[in-house]
Amino acid sequence: MATSVLDHAGAVGIHAEKTGLWAWITTVDHKKIGILYGASAFIFFLIGGLEALIIRWQLMKPDNNFVTPEFYNQLFTMHGTTMIFLAVMPLSAMFFNFFIPLLIGARDVAFPRLNAFSFWVFLFGGLFLNSSFLFNAAPNGGWFGYANLSSKQYSPGLNMDFWAMGLQILGIASLAAGVNFFVTILNMRAPGMKLIRMPMFVWMSFITQLLVLLSFPVITVALILLMFDRLFGTNFFVPAGGGDTILWQHLFWVFGHPEVYILILPAFGIISEVLPVFSRKPLFGYTAMVFSGCFIAFLGFGVWSHHMFSTGMGPIADSVFSLATMLIAIPTGVKVFNWMGTTWGGSIQMKTPMYFALGFIAMFIMGGLSGVMHSSAPADLQQTDTYFVVAHFHYVLFGGSIFALVSGAYYWWPKMFGHMLDEGLGKVHFWLMLIGFNLTFFPMHIVGLEGMPRRVYTYPAGLGFESLNRLETIGSLILGFSFLVFIFNVIKSALSKVPAPADPWNGATLEWSIPSPPQEFNFPSIPTVHGRDPFWEEKRARGGKLPEPARVSGAGIHLPDPSYWPFLAAVGVLLLFIALMHHDSKFGPAYIFAAVSVLFFSIFNWVFEPFHEG
Amino acid sequence: MDAHALHPATSTGIPNRKLAIWTFIGSECLFFASLISVYLVYRGKSLVGPYPAEIFEIPLVTVGTALLLFSSLFVVLALNGCEQGNRKKFLGWLAMTILCGIFFIGMQVYEFTHFYHEGLTMQKNLFGASFFTLTGFHGTHVTIGVIWLISIFIEGVRGHVPPAKALNFEMSALYWHFVDVVWIVIFPVVYLMNK
Amino acid sequence: MHHRFKRWRSFAGALLLLTLLVAVVAGAQSNPFPQSTLHPKGDFAQMVDKLFRTTLFWATLVFVLTEAALIFVIFKFRGKPDDAEPKQVHGNTMVEVIWTAIPALVLAMIAVPTVRTIFRTYEIPKGDGVLQVEVIGHQWWWEFRYPELGLTTANELHVPVGRTVALKMVTQDVLHSFWIPQLAAKRDIFTNRSTTLWFKAEEAGDYPGQCAEFCGLEHARMAFQVIAEAPDAFDSYVSRMQATGVRAAEPVVGSTASATPVRVAAMVQADPDTLIGAQLFMTKGCVGCHSLDATKPMGIGPNLAGIGTRRYIAAGWLEDTDANLSRWIQDPQVVKPGVMMPDLGVTEAEAQALVAYLRQH
Repeated sequence: MATSVLDHAGAVGIHAEKTGLWAWITTVDHKKIGILYGASAFIFFLIGGLEALIIRWQLMKPDNNFVTPEFYNQLFTMHGTTMIFLAVMPLSAMFFNFFIPLLIGARDVAFPRLNAFSFWVFLFGGLFLNSSFLFNAAPNGGWFGYANLSSKQYSPGLNMDFWAMGLQILGIASLAAGVNFFVTILNMRAPGMKLIRMPMFVWMSFITQLLVLLSFPVITVALILLMFDRLFGTNFFVPAGGGDTILWQHLFWVFGHPEVYILILPAFGIISEVLPVFSRKPLFGYTAMVFSGCFIAFLGFGVWSHHMFSTGMGPIADSVFSLATMLIAIPTGVKVFNWMGTTWGGSIQMKTPMYFALGFIAMFIMGGLSGVMHSSAPADLQQTDTYFVVAHFHYVLFGGSIFALVSGAYYWWPKMFGHMLDEGLGKVHFWLMLIGFNLTFFPMHIVGLEGMPRRVYTYPAGLGFESLNRLETIGSLILGFSFLVFIFNVIKSALSKVPAPADPWNGATLEWSIPSPPQEFNFPSIPTVHGRDPFWEEKRARGGKLPEPARVSGAGIHLPDPSYWPFLAAVGVLLLFIALMHHDSKFGPAYIFAAVSVLFFSIFNWVFEPFHEG
Repeated sequence: MDAHALHPATSTGIPNRKLAIWTFIGSECLFFASLISVYLVYRGKSLVGPYPAEIFEIPLVTVGTALLLFSSLFVVLALNGCEQGNRKKFLGWLAMTILCGIFFIGMQVYEFTHFYHEGLTMQKNLFGASFFTLTGFHGTHVTIGVIWLISIFIEGVRGHVPPAKALNFEMSALYWHFVDVVWIVIFPVVYLMNK
Repeated sequence: MHHRFKRWRSFAGALLLLTLLVAVVAGAQSNPFPQSTLHPKGDFAQMVDKLFRTTLFWATLVFVLTEAALIFVIFKFRGKPDDAEPKQVHGNTMVEVIWTAIPALVLAMIAVPTVRTIFRTYEIPKGDGVLQVEVIGHQWWWEFRYPELGLTTANELHVPVGRTVALKMVTQDVLHSFWIPQLAAKRDIFTNRSTTLWFKAEEAGDYPGQCAEFCGLEHARMAFQVIAEAPDAFDSYVSRMQATGVRAAEPVVGSTASATPVRVAAMVQADPDTLIGAQLFMTKGCVGCHSLDATKPMGIGPNLAGIGTRRYIAAGWLEDTDANLSRWIQDPQVVKPGVMMPDLGVTEAEAQALVAYLRQH
């Protein structure tokens, strides 16, 4: 079984690469699904970015009237929700999908159809959330949806219904993907790929899935309670009925803090792949990197109340959560130092992915340190809900996650699309992004400490906020422009006729041993792994650079068949939530019944479909 | 090739689908832990009645609990029969399991209706809201479990669940155990500690 | 290759410059930032500021050292594509232990004062010398009550310098957060539980604060002022406010509705506008939500006793000029969209009369 090249009677033989809309809708190929994730997430990222630019334009000067207060509140709510759930998470999912099977030497994920289902549910969830703009009812209660502002009494419109149900849909997608990748990583590794030999990106993704699996059920419950309050008139978060608004905060942050690590751990993984390749030296302290990741995830479940210091939980709780939060700085510090240890004594190749990876370290240190500053509960009593916190988490999520995701994009682009991105444009992108980013977000530290609260649609003149806000707006325009350079680079690459080599960077991991882009079956024969940097070891053993791997026919390699049931099941999920929004209309129950029928019908056909899971 | 075609060798040796159902159950634990926490947080916080002690019918629920417990044993016997290729044992115990599940759902429907007539609704007080949400979601899980077991039963009658495909059944059995275990927590927390 | 070095150097320079900027701003003597957390004028805020500066010191130190190390690495170990493969190092246990231990020590330097300060923040001052104040949050304004003095006011809290003030806070609707950066810090407020905060103003002055928890449409414009004044000035403020109750009890003159508590005795020298304003205050429905008597809390709209001498209107962000007040009365939904005060169809002339009347209070 070592090669697991199956050729039983049901094998279909060579799968001709199919294109066209139908092929994309029915695809179960992890690479295509990865590209679907990437493309959709990038569009959502641009939407979220546009929202951010409107926010910055409004705040450029005091008492500005560029947008109404109502629209502003929708903008900042949707900006946060979009960037977290529709941009950073699915951009990470793009890399999970495309690269986890390649990095562990597998032909696909454990459940290819479930994978397609996850993607379509995610896409429909994102479209559902954003469709609220068409009804002028975009969510307006903050991405954290604090009770009791989110109650029917204080948010009577459909806005928060869109929010609660949109997140519920996205939660289904995340959980399905979580199960899938958890099993994939544990079960689909090539022979010899022991857990302790897995590439760091796979390790960090594995921990991320664990966090998804354990934290999303909690927000699911919180959102169910909120939906019951709003749709059926229960009193879970209604003080007049005895409900406790602080329960929402606990449930939300028990999810919300692990969510922070769900956003940053994949970034850690990408950086841990890029740095060794461009330092030409293995990752420093591999074991420590694995355990610090586990430790961060474990502690991540025990620090949620540091988001609630200002609620006055009492001195014991404040102290415990302060100290636990500070503890997280230790494994995080270990990671930063190990990254620097990786580059130390190396032969650093300054290619675009490396620029972004080094930029990531520089920016992430900043975000980490400001995080330590408000782990101190009394200091946080001044900083929470101010622009200081906005600065902090943008250094972590933009300076951290986005820098790493962009680094990963430049690094893996040739493997995904078969064309290199332009190095010169890449470096222009980097410098514009670095400068724009710091101009936008560094002044926020100061303006926050000088007293500017978050989530305000305007501020009066005379509090000293004017000049810093103007600087931030200018920075955000540069930041926005840097992504136009990226888009231009992508177009240029797509039009390029020069194919990318299989191994442009002298890569260490298995994906570089196969052609760019990989063939549908990934590996003509499943590789056997002998160490942590398998491709480097193979190249060394075979005396240096290897010839370009040939594209082979793949005859006899069995692959899962395309299926449209996952797509239809996802449509069923979407219909169910649309029906729930109309539950009190005349045909409400009929809508719900119809949606459930579509869902069950699809699932039944999915289950009984003659299908060969690789 | 062979029977292995359906279960390609995995790195851990555990079939993918079995690992997946365990993973899913792990995730579901957090779902029910959250619902139970909400119930406990709101215990004794209702502003108006009916209160739990006034309304619970412990004997009826105890019978339902016992049947659900027994059904866990029955499903083990059924799985054992399935793996042995003993069709009678497999389908017989599976039918018993399904009947227990249906009785449990019936008990819950009766209980909910009874509470409704006593004036307890989701809107009435925090007890009603958290009780119906917790037990309702558990009941939904039981219902899905029963539907799943019935479809396995039909497949079994048609001879589509030979020992080599026992995993198809084992997945639903694992899920069924989980649903029972959750009730083992809910029963004392909700019904017995009802002051 | 050389110009790349320069770019990295300028990047490093920019970072250091920005760091210095914080230090300069933090240390500046004059205060262009009246809502700043960095210029504490109350004991609570000073305590927090001290802790903040400890964390800032360590964070800056670690920041400078690690960023410097990073930049050093980039210059020092820059390689060319055809360089020989560098030595393949997989780790170094000793080094890794050291860089696990050092952050732990640095954290201990922050943790000890943190825990000590946490306990101090919860030591709610008690005793006769403490001025008790109840804070009630509303969408989107602040109600302040002095239970011992029997006074209620809105959006402007007067406190005596040198005397500890203990706040007991609750909200009337959604969550808010009471934040007075220069005197204390912030504390969220809830419906079914009260939260506390305390401070002692060390210096007289006007201190702006505002709601820090997102509370809906006009969250941005839910500000307030704390006026810290010398004890005798505070005492005279208290008697002035208590007098609004005495005036309210005086018999009503010149009003057809005998039960209406319009105080006209205080307006002996008043111009006709004032009298018209007094009647408009009744007929336009202002009285339905607003009390002009500091001793009678009403809790629907802000108490207007003392409105004549307030710094700001509309919850601490619009200067209390005649023009602004008039505009506010005429077009509340334009001035502060979504505010609970409805458009009552007040004409400009009527608004002027109302302003004249309110200026007497």
